Amino acid sequence: MYTPEFDYHQAGSVAEAIELLGSHSGNDSVAEARLLAGGHSLIPLMRLRLARPATLIDIGGIADLKGSSVNGDTIRIGALTTHGEIAASHDVRHANPLLAEVAGGIGDPQVRNRGTIGGNLAHADPASDWGTVLTALDASIEIQGPTGSRTIAVGDFFLAPFTTALAESEIITAITAPTLSVHRHETDHDHGHEHNVGPDHGHGHDHDNGLAAIHGEVGEYAKMSHPASFYPVVGGAVIVNVENSRCASARIAVGGLVPTPLRARAVESALTGQELTADNIAAAVSHLADDLGNDIIGDVFASAEYRRAVAPVEVKHALFHAIGLAHH
Amino acid sequence: MTTRLFGSGIRRREDPRLITGQASYTDDIKLTGLAHVAILRSPHAHARIRSIDTAAAVQSPGVVAVYTGADTEGVLNPIPCAWVIPDSDVKAVAYPAIAKDVVRYVGDAVAVVVAENRYQAEDALELISVDYEPLPVVVNPEAALQDGAPQLHEDAPGNQAFHWVAAGGDTDTAFDQAEVVVKDTIIQQKLIPNAMEPRSAIASYLPSMGELTIWNTSQNPHIARFVTCLVTGIPEHKIRVIAPEVGGGFGSKIAVYPWEMIAAFCAMRLGRPVKWTETRSENFVATTHGRDHVEYVEMAATRDGKITGVRSVVYAGMGAYLSTAAPGIPTILHGLMYSGPYDIPHIKADIYGCFTNTTPVEAYRGAGRPEATFLLERLVDLLAAELNLDPVEVRRLNLIPKFDDGYDVAIGLTYDSGDYQRALDVALEHVNYSHLRHEQEHQREHGHYTGIGVSCYSEICGLGPSQVAGAVGFGGGLWESATVRFYATGKVNVYVGTSPHGQGEETTFAQIVASELGVPVDDVELIHGDTDNTPMGWGTYGSRTTVVGGGAVALSARKIKDKAVTLAAHLLEAAEADIEYEDGNFFVRGAPDRSKTIQDIALMANVAWDMPAGMEPGLEATAFYDPPNFSYPFGSHVAVVSVDPDNGHIVLERYVAVDDCGPQINPMIVEGQVHGGVVQGAGQALWEGAVYDDGGQLLTGTLLDYALPRAHLVPDIETLSTETPSPHNPLGVKGIGETGTIASTVTIYNAVIDALRPLGVTKLEMPLTPERVWRAIHEQG
Repeated sequence: MYTPEFDYHQAGSVAEAIELLGSHSGNDSVAEARLLAGGHSLIPLMRLRLARPATLIDIGGIADLKGSSVNGDTIRIGALTTHGEIAASHDVRHANPLLAEVAGGIGDPQVRNRGTIGGNLAHADPASDWGTVLTALDASIEIQGPTGSRTIAVGDFFLAPFTTALAESEIITAITAPTLSVHRHETDHDHGHEHNVGPDHGHGHDHDNGLAAIHGEVGEYAKMSHPASFYPVVGGAVIVNVENSRCASARIAVGGLVPTPLRARAVESALTGQELTADNIAAAVSHLADDLGNDIIGDVFASAEYRRAVAPVEVKHALFHAIGLAHH
Repeated sequence: MTTRLFGSGIRRREDPRLITGQASYTDDIKLTGLAHVAILRSPHAHARIRSIDTAAAVQSPGVVAVYTGADTEGVLNPIPCAWVIPDSDVKAVAYPAIAKDVVRYVGDAVAVVVAENRYQAEDALELISVDYEPLPVVVNPEAALQDGAPQLHEDAPGNQAFHWVAAGGDTDTAFDQAEVVVKDTIIQQKLIPNAMEPRSAIASYLPSMGELTIWNTSQNPHIARFVTCLVTGIPEHKIRVIAPEVGGGFGSKIAVYPWEMIAAFCAMRLGRPVKWTETRSENFVATTHGRDHVEYVEMAATRDGKITGVRSVVYAGMGAYLSTAAPGIPTILHGLMYSGPYDIPHIKADIYGCFTNTTPVEAYRGAGRPEATFLLERLVDLLAAELNLDPVEVRRLNLIPKFDDGYDVAIGLTYDSGDYQRALDVALEHVNYSHLRHEQEHQREHGHYTGIGVSCYSEICGLGPSQVAGAVGFGGGLWESATVRFYATGKVNVYVGTSPHGQGEETTFAQIVASELGVPVDDVELIHGDTDNTPMGWGTYGSRTTVVGGGAVALSARKIKDKAVTLAAHLLEAAEADIEYEDGNFFVRGAPDRSKTIQDIALMANVAWDMPAGMEPGLEATAFYDPPNFSYPFGSHVAVVSVDPDNGHIVLERYVAVDDCGPQINPMIVEGQVHGGVVQGAGQALWEGAVYDDGGQLLTGTLLDYALPRAHLVPDIETLSTETPSPHNPLGVKGIGETGTIASTVTIYNAVIDALRPLGVTKLEMPLTPERVWRAIHEQG
């Protein structure tokens, strides 16, 4: 738990960070210089001596990369915004409650207070909450590099486990996602606050009239967390456009199953046009197998076979939750 | 002034310094010239060391010295095993501080670097090149005993560390004639203790005096001194062991490890102090583990549910070497507890100790007794299922009736006192058991799977009579001593040989003195953990500190009271027989205004201006307490769980603990011990377990993989108690440190099996991960 020696630089701006990255990247090495944001992925690897960057460029002080703003039907979140800040932001909760709830269910308070959304995406763990949820949201990632800025769809960002489309000396600067617009004909239909804390998705929500009252897009995320790391094992994120108790359209993604977050298009199409009953949802999620293929991740805690079996359950839980159905 | 403090739930007096960061742990201690030790650990579970090249490491910046097993061989004696059970063929194999020729588990020490700082030491470790010849590996205790298994030690043929059998009655006949026999195979998975403070040691050697001081995160500094003397050859009176603040132990800080002996070696060689503090990663491989049994167990009974016999064959993993107390755990503390709270006429425990290529196994909270309770309570539930009886009814039928002063069980122990039916009644009334069962039926009809687990337990603690310790091969005594010292100002220091590290004795021992002698509790300060300024004691483990150490404190206080009566009589010019005592006042019977407070007496005794003829000055007493018997706490626990059959996820919905530890000195501290114990036991049932691959690599070697319990996954624990005093203890107390762990693992396990019964599931392997539960359900389908 003692890191090897490394050099440390603080970058005062994105431009300076890019310049530092350029000047410290050696010809021969895999990661001569690494960016340090919240440090929640990188520092543990360094302490185990599994990552050995020669130089750390600390971007934690760059104010431009922090905070969120809403512009019309888009919400933009700076890459250095912590999960805790996203969870606590009234703007985020108002514009896209799914983002706020997901942020509030990441790890534990220490993780949420240090870890950043940009750092999480750059780490590219295939089960990451943000990877799954932003995939379902069709979010975009703003990137700045030595030759300027570009924006990339989240679907094009993740290439493989722990591998992204970030080129040399590029930095994630922000995430943009659509707002969710929903009208409810009843007061204060409270979203469950337990649903993303561990695999317990909360109880209740026996709102017989809940569905009829919903018009517009509702989003939910359900996951099974590892009991040690609290990292998601399998997660399912859903955005459902509800009209007259039917699914007008849906965007669904799962994480922790294949090397990158995956849009569950077979489930989406099976659900689209259907009345949102428990039976129809159960039938639709069974199509997830068509999306997954055979190359499923597995480990000591949760085998590939098990992940394949519970992924539809998580998607089902997210859907039930989104439309206010009890799942127990 | 409150004097009747015994039984009062006052706040822990040690907490302010602990929660404000003012406490000083071993790693916090700074010494001039301190160098830092890092240990190169074997990456192989079993390998021959062909050669070690340390040349580059020696040249690395900041490096002071590099040592290998060749340096310590002949200088440090092997680490001794201190519990060699008679008539068990114990193979106390050589346990070198640094391996020289063969490494036997991932984590075995191979070389040591001393450097100016720890980073430099770690950098230099990477420069040591070791040429290993990998050898075949065995990790499973039962497999280790099979023909053809890889052999760990020449001196332990077949990897058998010991074979111990205990029996009472005629078990084989009982089974031959049984109307019903139920059987189970139980895997008590290997657990990895994770005290919040990892292990740490600082060693400082004064060559001019030949004196060695070791600051050591130990549960038993006096034992550590004793063993350090054996390993280093330094005479015992020249060794001082200090256990400063110790951040949890749970049994993992009982052992005397190679690591602090390495620190001593370095300090002696270099003539400068050195510090070694393990990383959390090291904690996983180099601090002792717990449990690790493969058990074949069976119970014989009559058709109407009366238990007639219990027997086992247990393969208990010892890891690669015998740790300090290891052989005593699956034997004395496990096999002798097969009667539990039940009247069972025929019992046989057949226990094999097995060497495996894994981290050595030691006591872990409960130490043998959780495993004993587990197998009994599993078998009782299986018997109930077999006979189609309510599990509670089978328990009622077999519980030993109430007894106040001694009950002999078939396996040879004499329990002190018990009222098991009462504890069960309190638990069942509290949960409204019949309603709970009704509710469960109702939920099942709606496709919801809830389960109810009920357990009864009796455990052995308060270790123990020294004569018995000797008879069972424990390499020391089990008495305790305490000195109570009054100053002229009436303030009190209490010096004890036990070494509390989270159990709250700075509070409860002060409560004992305050209650015995009528001084304010804040006038009493406990001194512990330093062999130079505390009287001899055998340490804090086995729920013995309050029972035995507290007994010594009470007896010391009573000696002081006797002297105070004599002195009061002298000062009051009355006959000693006429002196009465109440709440810190000594007065003449019938003339309460003729009185002296304990503070008056303390002042006079310390200045000694007017003492009775022949009385020594001072108000101070030391008592040595060797308990006449063990103590046997007991209780009954209930767990309610729900299981989601879709994904196998378990929610612990409710937990009720009824424990009887005799009179409670501080009910708040008792409750805290139960909380911690229950959660630790829940950890074994639901989350924790060391996973090794076939090559002996630990796959759960970080806190990202090894799941310790999290607060929000545990419901509010409902604690209740009954009070049955121990007839032989000066305070009637029995011990509470381990009861929670002893009962909760099987209570939760039984609840999960109960939930899944309609789905045909009768057996699961711990920890009960969602996947295992899901598989069990789907394999039935």
